[in-house]
Formats: sequence, structure tokens, C-alpha cells
Amino acid sequence: MIPVCPLADLPTGESVRIDTAPPIAVFHTDGQLYAIDDTCTHQDASLSDGWLEGCLVECPLHAASFDLRTGAATCLPARRAVRTHPVTVEDGMIYVHHHAAEEGTAA
Amino acid sequence: MKSVAVIGASLAGLYAARALRAQGFDGRLVIVGEEHHRPYDRPPLSKAFLTGATADQGQLALADAEEIAELDAEWLLGTRATGLDTQERAVLLDGGRSLTTDGVVIATGATPRRLPGPAPAGTHTLRTLEDAQALRAELTRGPVRVVVIGGGFIGAEVASSCAALGHDVTVVEAAARPLVPQLGDTMAGICAALHADHGVTLLTGTGVARLHDGGAGHRVTAVELADGRLLPADVVVIGIGVRPHTAWLEGSGLPLDDGVCCDAGGVTPQPHIVAVGDVARADGTRAEHWTSATEQAAVAVRNLLAGRTVATHRSLPYFWSDQYGVRIQFAGRRLPTDIPRIVEGSPDDRSFLACYERDGRTTAVLALNRPRPFMRLRRELARAAQPVTT
Repeated sequence: MIPVCPLADLPTGESVRIDTAPPIAVFHTDGQLYAIDDTCTHQDASLSDGWLEGCLVECPLHAASFDLRTGAATCLPARRAVRTHPVTVEDGMIYVHHHAAEEGTAA
Repeated sequence: MKSVAVIGASLAGLYAARALRAQGFDGRLVIVGEEHHRPYDRPPLSKAFLTGATADQGQLALADAEEIAELDAEWLLGTRATGLDTQERAVLLDGGRSLTTDGVVIATGATPRRLPGPAPAGTHTLRTLEDAQALRAELTRGPVRVVVIGGGFIGAEVASSCAALGHDVTVVEAAARPLVPQLGDTMAGICAALHADHGVTLLTGTGVARLHDGGAGHRVTAVELADGRLLPADVVVIGIGVRPHTAWLEGSGLPLDDGVCCDAGGVTPQPHIVAVGDVARADGTRAEHWTSATEQAAVAVRNLLAGRTVATHRSLPYFWSDQYGVRIQFAGRRLPTDIPRIVEGSPDDRSFLACYERDGRTTAVLALNRPRPFMRLRRELARAAQPVTT
């Protein structure tokens, strides 16, 4: 379980990148928190810098798009999904449950 | 239309093939590629692939096995198109073969320009996977002196990759400053400063007279500049632009002028022939950008299937470059007279956002390491540039 930041520091429409290996991006959309692998599966770009629209994030480099709920790539040029990670809030603090060690079993 | 041939197994060619199937074309689809590879992504070749960060060429593939199967295309790889017979609707292929087809998508891209005269061993251009592999092999043998001829995006990216690998690098640029046509003088100057930040020498305002070698068939030893200076070199990379690959179309009757002349929808005077990507001179403009290659394809295919121009490609030009750990992104249509104004960050930090302005209006936007605000402005510009149509 990795502490991210206080919920109060991540308003709706914002995102934050955490320096795990690989890095993870946490998004706050319409009252929901999502965490996905931060690196676009097409080419090296940080999705936490991307354009958030509903439950989709658009990569800032080539406009590939990912569904934050499933990690699925919804638009070329990306074809592979990013991994998703569970997020919880405890005592006003956001936590990501990192699955790096359990690749293949992650949600 | 029962059959379409895509000439060029490139980014634009693949996107055209995808668009054909996505738009309901269920006829015979033939993709002819001069290289032996299925379509792959070229941008990493001068960056992650050259430095070895992306060592596996499989990571460059633009389509996976599943998609290749779904495309249901016949692939003629390692095959060069040598001519186009518009009367007989036939594409001539090397080895004397020909391919009769109802529609043609020309996506043959461009080839690097070379210096006049012989190219001794140790001189490279960078366009194909083989080019990148050959250059990478030379760069992994230990520290060498690299001279990069041409300070454009490819030259700067190669210089950056070579510096990251620990080589001694000099960039030679004939103009007073590289990237001025793309970025304007002030912003080009800021980008040019990245070289010095990383110990790379940038020599500007002088052309190259000739390459020296140690005798016939030997390796390059030095680059002689037009002003007489001699730069010792173990490896020379020539990045002085590209020429659209249209030689095979000479005599076809298609209008050629630094590219295949077509309208803003990619359609040539022969409505069953369209052109996309680097080889296309669409409505008087030839773009060499990744994004326009992908976007043009869907539009051109729509027109091809319609038999006339029903759509045009008018999206906002966009390109990016990664150099020395700095991501440079540019979008818009700027005139040389537009004034850049830094709206966020600072050039000293190599991280800023600049808007080019004309009559109080933003025409283009440039970012160094500011992807998020860049993206927001790029979207705003795109919206403003494209009136909503129904």
C-alpha cells in the first residue's frame, strides 16, 4: 500500500504521478479515484500529463486513449492495456495498492 | 472497388489499410513494401532504439499478429514498385511482375538526402530499421568522434543519443541556426542551446565541402567544412532532410513536384489514386509528420472509396522531438512574422510554454517539457481552426 497524497490535494480533474517502478498515475474524476500504470503503452509518455475526459485519459504525445476503469486502450496508436491498481482513501489520505510483484494477477 | 493496392508498408500505408477495412472495404487488399519488415514506428529509431533503451525491434511493430490477421491483406514485402500504369490500372513491381488493381494508395514515403560524392564506410543516414541497426553497431564499440551533418530534428536527436552514449559529438548546420524555419529565430535559439548543455558542439553557418577517408574504400576520417576547417570523425551521420520517393512514378502521368500532387483530400487527378504521408504534396503542402501521416490516411481512403473528394484533411499540424531529456512539442500554423511569447515557465529551466501570436491571436504553441498545458492549448487551437461541420 503506497501513500499518494491527501485527497484534499487532488481536486477533481487532476492527476498525480507516483515514482514507483513502473510509475503509477492516480486520477480524480467526478468523485472517483483511479490508478493506472503511468507510461503509455505506445511510446514513452506520462499519462498523468494526459487529457482527462470522463473515464478516459488521452496521452499527451500521440493522443492514444485509455479507459481508467479497465486500463484498456480505446484508441490507436496504443494497442496494449495499461495495468490498473486499486485505490482507497483512509483518514483523508489516498493509497494505491501496488501489484508490481504480482503481474498477471492484478485487477 | 474490388481491389486496392497500398504501395508502402509504412505508418501511412498501415493506417490507410486500417482505414480501408474500418470503412467497410472488403475486397482484395495488397500491401507492397520495399523493406522486408511489416510496418514499424520510425520515431524511436533516432532515440530509444539508437541508445539501446528499446533494444527489441519487435517493440517497434505498429500492428500485432492479431491485427495483421484481421486486416486480411496480402503482403508483398521486400518488393519494390517500379512503375504505375494508370491506363491499365496496374502497379509494376520489380522482377517484372505487375499487380492489377482498382484503387491505389501511394504511401512510399521519403528517402534521406545524401551528400554529393562517395560515402565512405562510417557514414550513415537514418531512416530505416537497418540504418538504425548499422549506426547502433558503430556506436556500441566504444567512444568515437561523431559528426552529425544537419541540425534539424533528426540530427539533434541523433546527437542527443550519441552524447547519451558517451561519444564526442559535433553538429554541423549550414544555416545560421538550426530549426529556424520550424520554430522561428528566438525559439530555435533556445532549442539549439540544448546541445551545449550536454557538451555537444554546434557549428553553424557553414556547409560541408567533402568527407575525407583513408583511401579508396576506407573509413571516413574527417569532415571538411566549406570554410576549410577539418573535423576529425570516426562516424558521420547525415541528417539533411529527405526527398519524397516518387522516382517510380516518373512517366505515370501523375503530377509530381517534390511529392505526389494531390488535393487536400489526398486525391490525385486520377480519382482511383490517392497519396498519403511524407510522399504526398496535399494542396501544395508536404508534411513529414507522424500525426499527419496517420490522419491523412483515413481521409484519403474515404475519398478513394467514394470515387471523389468528399472529405479534406485540415487538422492542426503537430510534431514533437525528444532531445537531451527534453520533450519539444509544437502545434499550429505559424508565419515567420508571428511573435512568440512565453506564457509559462522559463527557457533557462528548459521548461516552458510559448504561444506564437499574430494580431493578438494565438497561431501556434511550443512547449519544452510542458506536456500538460501544451495539450490543453493544442486542443483549443484545433477547435478554433476547425469550424464545426455537420
